[in-house]
Amino acid sequence: MPEQQIKNFTLNFGPQHPAAHGVLRLVLEMDGEVIDRADPHIGLLHRGTEKLIEHKTYLQAVPYFDRLDYVAPQNQEHAFALAVEKLTNMEVPPRGQYIRVVFAELGRLSNHIFNICAYAMDVGAMTPMLWGFEEREKIMEFCERVSGARLHMAYFRPGGVAMDMPDGLADDIMEWADNFPTMIADLEGLLTENRIFKQRTVDIGIISANQALDWGFSGPNLRASGIAWDLRKSQPYDVYDKVDFDVPIAKHGDCYDRYLVRVYEMYESLKIIKQCLEKIPPGPVKCDDHKFSPPKRKDMKYSMEALIHHFKLFTEGYHVPAGETYSVVEAPKGEFGVFLISDGSNKPYRCKIRAPGFAHLQALDLLSKGHMLADVVANIGSLDIVFGEIDR
Amino acid sequence: MANTQNHIKELSVLGDSITNELGNVISSTKIINGELIINVARESIVKVLTFLRDDVNCQFKMLMELCGVDYPEREDRFDVVYCLLSLTLNHRIRVKTQTNVSSAVPSVTGVFSAANWWEREAWDLFGIYFSDHPDLRRILSDYGFEGHPLRKDFPLTGYVEVRYDDEQKRVVYEPVKLSQEFRNFDFLSPWEGVQQLLPGDEKFVNPSEENNEDV
Repeated sequence: MPEQQIKNFTLNFGPQHPAAHGVLRLVLEMDGEVIDRADPHIGLLHRGTEKLIEHKTYLQAVPYFDRLDYVAPQNQEHAFALAVEKLTNMEVPPRGQYIRVVFAELGRLSNHIFNICAYAMDVGAMTPMLWGFEEREKIMEFCERVSGARLHMAYFRPGGVAMDMPDGLADDIMEWADNFPTMIADLEGLLTENRIFKQRTVDIGIISANQALDWGFSGPNLRASGIAWDLRKSQPYDVYDKVDFDVPIAKHGDCYDRYLVRVYEMYESLKIIKQCLEKIPPGPVKCDDHKFSPPKRKDMKYSMEALIHHFKLFTEGYHVPAGETYSVVEAPKGEFGVFLISDGSNKPYRCKIRAPGFAHLQALDLLSKGHMLADVVANIGSLDIVFGEIDR
Repeated sequence: MANTQNHIKELSVLGDSITNELGNVISSTKIINGELIINVARESIVKVLTFLRDDVNCQFKMLMELCGVDYPEREDRFDVVYCLLSLTLNHRIRVKTQTNVSSAVPSVTGVFSAANWWEREAWDLFGIYFSDHPDLRRILSDYGFEGHPLRKDFPLTGYVEVRYDDEQKRVVYEPVKLSQEFRNFDFLSPWEGVQQLLPGDEKFVNPSEENNEDV
């Protein structure tokens, strides 16, 4: 029989594909059904956030952060708020810090529910998505009650939060947090020991601890490779040093472990929320320096000074002393950093956004090499990719 | 507060030891807002990052961020900023180097694999060229895009806009036409920056000052 030359087959995956979690275009070089090389083409959702922020005042920049990782918007705002507070030396009152931690953890829960369910659907399980979204809706209702918006909250402002929680919200969140573990148990019942789910995820897309460091992994994806690193523990911000929680880690670094870490993180987030709601002190929720945070609406009716402060804050904004900082938070997806350079004016000189997903997606080639085509989908799902933050 | 002071002390010790080890390669170290920043010459960036990664007292195993900053008024107009993280020491360090449009910065993809896409991004958005990069393509902007959008001299609106042309049955690129002038209000305070001299005021002499002159 004559020798046959077999050429590699190039497959275009996306940019419109339900398993691509957004607008990912993936050029795959295939050897039969085995991946030889995966080349992600990103930027299809690039909106020039960093450029826009350079043209807006510091307060006007806040909503742009919601639109990065739109699955857990508040965590991004948190990083920006911390960066501005560091440059201006603003003090956030304790109540403001507690509220921020509660809602940051709600954001984490909302993100992990979304990821686990969407990921399960990618590998063939339909039910978790239907159950999970009902629960996410409840979290978004809390967000709506506190800020007026289900998704894009613009609630964490430099100096604290936009407004106090309405009466009764703390009790409702507490009640919900008491019941939520049953929901996680239901999800686990569907997935953790599910034969099909395990066949699709165990030993797929393994990344070792050293590789994870080399590729700049962070958050659950790093912890799934066996590295106990959580910014909430190691470089605590706001009141994370006053609450007691554990950092779940796994050791194989495969898709299944990344799923498990997220599940157990949800239990820890609930612990944090409950402790915060118990400890939360009364008092103001934002910095009382009216050069940075707006006065109360009521004061504006009577005080000329308050009216002037309000007017100046929402037109000119405040001036941030010249300097630079790289501030980070443990966002649900990993280390979310804001590198902010101020030149002393009312607009940021440069605001570089470090999105965790950017580093994770970069390693897709490494994770997928030698796997089957269907495993690429499992890898994308387990890395927790959202294009809003990757493309910026 | 004591905690922060300790942290700054540790950072300055670390900064000194790095300067001692690497000597003339480091042009300056400083601590701003409790964050250690070292400036190095662009030729030695690979050497510095390799040292920071492998030295037992540093162990900055992770590159968390790499980005460009544009200062058009400077001769070497770009800063390239590398943010490193050491999990063992729980420290962060920022390494900066300067470059311009025509000089290349050695790529650090050999030191940290994660640098690959960030260098592509800096190339795409600023036009900073990295030598020895395995695959220096544009990453965030459109296929066939021209220009480097995050440079300060690039307009916010860009130069071209796209739309679907129903007659030609394809997407067409056209120069940007704004139906309304771009609203860039200058809110910088007219109350604090301006000398408040009304016409005629210059003739007014303060009586108390006049008295002082007499005395």
